[in-house]
Amino acid sequence: METKSCLIRLERVSKLYRMNDIVVPALRDLSLTIVQGQLVAIMGSSGSGKSTLMNIIGCLDRPTTGRYLLAGNQVSNLERNALAVIRNRFLGFVFQSFNLLPRASVIENVQLPMLYAGVSARERLRRAGDALIRVGLTDRFEHRPNQLSGGQQQRVAIARAIVMNPKLVLADEPTGNLDSKTSGEIMTLIQNLSLSGITVVLVTHEPNVAKYASRRIVLQDGQLHSDTCPGSGVFSALTSRSADTQEAS
Amino acid sequence: MNLSHTLRIAFETLMRNKLRSFLTLLGVVIGVFAVIAMVAAGDGARERVQQLFASMGSNILVIVPGSAVQGGVTEGVGTLPTLTWEDLKSIRTDIPTVKLAAALLQVPAHVQSVGHNWATSINGTSSSYFTIRNWPIAKGTYFTESDLSGRSKVALLGETVARQLFGPERTPIGEIVRINNVSFRVIGILSAKGQSARGQDNDDALFVPETTFQSFIQGGTEKHIQGTILVSATSGEATGRAQRQITEVLRARHHLRNNKEDDFSIRNLKDIAQTVSAAVTALSLLLAAIAAISLLVGGIGIMNIMLVSVTERTREVGIRMAVGAKTTHILAQFLVESSVLSAMGGIVGTILGVATTQLLAHHLGWSIPIRLDVIAVAVAFSALVGVGFGLYPARKASLLDPIEALRYE
Repeated sequence: METKSCLIRLERVSKLYRMNDIVVPALRDLSLTIVQGQLVAIMGSSGSGKSTLMNIIGCLDRPTTGRYLLAGNQVSNLERNALAVIRNRFLGFVFQSFNLLPRASVIENVQLPMLYAGVSARERLRRAGDALIRVGLTDRFEHRPNQLSGGQQQRVAIARAIVMNPKLVLADEPTGNLDSKTSGEIMTLIQNLSLSGITVVLVTHEPNVAKYASRRIVLQDGQLHSDTCPGSGVFSALTSRSADTQEAS
Repeated sequence: MNLSHTLRIAFETLMRNKLRSFLTLLGVVIGVFAVIAMVAAGDGARERVQQLFASMGSNILVIVPGSAVQGGVTEGVGTLPTLTWEDLKSIRTDIPTVKLAAALLQVPAHVQSVGHNWATSINGTSSSYFTIRNWPIAKGTYFTESDLSGRSKVALLGETVARQLFGPERTPIGEIVRINNVSFRVIGILSAKGQSARGQDNDDALFVPETTFQSFIQGGTEKHIQGTILVSATSGEATGRAQRQITEVLRARHHLRNNKEDDFSIRNLKDIAQTVSAAVTALSLLLAAIAAISLLVGGIGIMNIMLVSVTERTREVGIRMAVGAKTTHILAQFLVESSVLSAMGGIVGTILGVATTQLLAHHLGWSIPIRLDVIAVAVAFSALVGVGFGLYPARKASLLDPIEALRYE
């Protein structure tokens, strides 16, 4: 494995929350490496720290201690506007509740990240159209999100997540608000993203969803509980170790 | 981020809550309207005061003979007759800023009618004097040219004199009054002018032609004027210039060297007019300040509604931040929204303010000019209010924690 393909590297990351006078650790000394193109499921019971981990990987939050390297660049000490640029250029988000702008049309929602990247209006329209077709939507571009079904809304959200050609897509319970049939469609779509080279980090508590992932990480009390690759556990261990070795040498 | 998108979002957000936006707008509308209306009313009032003063004679200069101060000792003004009839003629013809000039000769005397007598001041002058003082005649006529050249024994009575000598009911035109045993025919009664600024009764006076005065009251014509010269300048603004020019002409005519003091003094009423004008200005400033406070209240209304808007759209802010909006993007979005609100309020308020003042001016017959500077200041101030009072809510939005904002229900 080349160093380049090691996309996410967490080194002894801790996150502490201060509630009144009590310090509550959400993550404790967590180290983790994710290589490019992987579809990783992060699982764990509520309070296990998976949301915190997701926020840190997604550059929405910063670790209290430890380092986070994204594509070889340390991002754990960047200020909020620099993190905004990284989210804009390198990351895409898919949420359980879709999080589309209710008053904006489908095509406008997909254009939103490009708006902050300063892409020209023509280019925005073209790329937003392409992204929508890529997630399987060919019409209803001018509809409002509430005129679409849940599955369609999540497709719009995925189109928005990939429109900037990100390296990494973070999906937080992407099927939590969908029925099982639609869930399957959405997960197949997410799997295809991963196959096309985009790294996907999936946060879920449903084994049915996690089965689409090539690697499963289970957190407990802010620490790694297990890290397995269904079907090829050796592969996962190898990749992650080889990346470590590469980094160290 | 592009402006057209930001503007569109702002308009859409405002249109979504029509009543709320309208009420917020109203606060600014009333503020801007009040500022424009108050300043206009102040302007109108000041102009009116100036007009009234002009009618009282803000452009009047009084030239008094004799030096006011000689070597530190103040002499009685007018004790030295230094002004000549030739001086008067020169002032009248040689100085372009002088509209009219008239001599005023004055002695106290007893006036007698049949059965009454009254001590008053006897004045010799020409009919220009009444024009200068803007003193209309109530009954009868002024002196004519032939009265002046022919030394006619005719008299104009002030209202008080007429009442004292003939009673309030009678119209004494054509009646005879006697001054120092000389008979004068009454040809006119002046309209009542009331008290002067010094509390003297303007109407307690009797006027005869200056030539008649010289011959029959003063006793013999003289080269010097035994009194003062009244001058009206062509306009209120020209008064100061007229005063300087008269000083020059008189000093030249009196052959005064540079180191010698004037042997006359010139007084004007403009100082009083300026004082009153300044008082009106202060008052209109006070009105404008009160109006500005209402604009401030309008601004607080904007701040209030923007804070509500930020809270309502916390999740939207979170989404925008997640896809890469920087703090400046969020800040700009909310600032544009509050600025659009206040700018619209400013424009509507300006239109209302100008329309109302012009309507009012039309009805009152005042002239209230449309002051572009005031409009510019009012609109700029309202835009500033939008930015100023929008800043805190916008900043609050831009500093939201994206995680918290995304979780907000």
